[in-house]
Amino acid sequence: MNETLSSVPIRKEWDIVGARQTGRNWAKDLGFGSVDQARIATAISELARNIYLYAKVGEINFERLDSVPSIGLKITARDQGPGIKEVSKVMKDGYSTSGGLGAGLPGVKRLMDEFDIESTDAGTVVTVIKWTRI
Amino acid sequence: MSMKAQLINNKQEILEQWLEEVENKELMHYSKTISEDLIGRTNNELIDTIFIALENETGANDELQQFAEKIVNLGWPIGYITEGMQVFRSVSIKTILEKNSDANKDYFLNVMDEVNQIVDPIKTYLINQYSTNWDNIVSLQKLALEELSAPLIPVMDDITVMPLVGTIDTDRAKLIMENLLSGIVKHRTDVVLIDITGVPVVDTMVAHHIIQAAEAVRLLGATCILVGIRPEIAQTIVNLGIDLSNFPTKSSLSKGFQTALQMTDKHIISSNKDGQNLEQIMEAIEKE
Ligand SMILES: Nc1ncnc2c1ncn2[C@@H]1O[C@H](COP(=O)(O)OP(=O)(O)O)[C@@H](O)[C@H]1O
Ligand SMILES: [Mg+2]
Repeated sequence: MNETLSSVPIRKEWDIVGARQTGRNWAKDLGFGSVDQARIATAISELARNIYLYAKVGEINFERLDSVPSIGLKITARDQGPGIKEVSKVMKDGYSTSGGLGAGLPGVKRLMDEFDIESTDAGTVVTVIKWTRI
Repeated sequence: MSMKAQLINNKQEILEQWLEEVENKELMHYSKTISEDLIGRTNNELIDTIFIALENETGANDELQQFAEKIVNLGWPIGYITEGMQVFRSVSIKTILEKNSDANKDYFLNVMDEVNQIVDPIKTYLINQYSTNWDNIVSLQKLALEELSAPLIPVMDDITVMPLVGTIDTDRAKLIMENLLSGIVKHRTDVVLIDITGVPVVDTMVAHHIIQAAEAVRLLGATCILVGIRPEIAQTIVNLGIDLSNFPTKSSLSKGFQTALQMTDKHIISSNKDGQNLEQIMEAIEKE
């Protein structure tokens, strides 16, 4: 069962902080420990900053997944930006078009339990899930 | 007689009506903490200022500017000005129309039009002054925050600490770099401890800025030690796959400080018989 929790628009740099804080609060609510809260906040930070840097605007969506025996926090980062040309390259550490570390998306994949990316020239959708530990 | 002259001729009546209506409107009831006395005085000042502006040919004047500044400093909302001007407009129109009992529709529209032409520039000027003042305050506060946001504290000859608290955005990252480099030169620092205990999230952007700062510090011939890495931050840094091996990292400020002492060939010698040890001294520093 999925339940939409909230959605945070990303338009300016400080929206990244807002999205991160919202995510951390949901993580706390769903019972994640402090290390997982930090992982979730960091993953959101990466995804929201990519939206801000490469697509200018977009949004971060939060959903609760009720499953047995654990609960999941599903985060969807969606934008209508230019998209990623070569997704497979981007998923290797060190690939950046902006002089960044290029560890963002591969890092997000390692921070979270499930990771999915879909990107066309009409935009990018990154979906990640973290499950509570049992 | 020009419309302006008519308004000025009827000053007393308009003034009294305005004060009455402004009070009736409970214009100022957005805050219960403001004394009635202050509201009364400010109302009087506003209506006086409006008439000074009317009598003054150029429209824009110092009184308007000072009044707008005062409202900003009082922390009153812009609505005080817009409502006050709105009431002035309607009272003016009413007063002029009452003086001319034979008024027909055309005359009425004409009065409306002319009064608007007189009132609008004053209102616009007041609002612009209000927002200019407001912007000034905001940019001053921003400046004050910036000064706080990347302080460099010389703790000893050759050793400096930069405690970072709060979110690091692009502007702040630039400021950290600038302060770090100019501070190192100014204080002739050998070792600088960057304390990230208070940084809530270390993502790849923050890490990248720290790595770049450490590299620049190294080019100046000094060493950067990253301290205050909380356990959960250490975990996320590892998960992100960020390589911080090019410079020393320590979990706490006190451990980093001990490393810094070694690097600069310094020792802390206790003069206390009870043997107040290094740990305690470090703890004291950490609480600063
Ligand atoms: N939402 C997005 N829209 C378009 N391009 C993106 C988006 N997210 C990432 N990219 C591209 O993928 C590259 C790698 O992203 P990332 O792994 O976060 O590293 P970095 O942001 O440090 O470059 C970016 O440099 C950019 O070219
Ligand atoms: Mg990125």
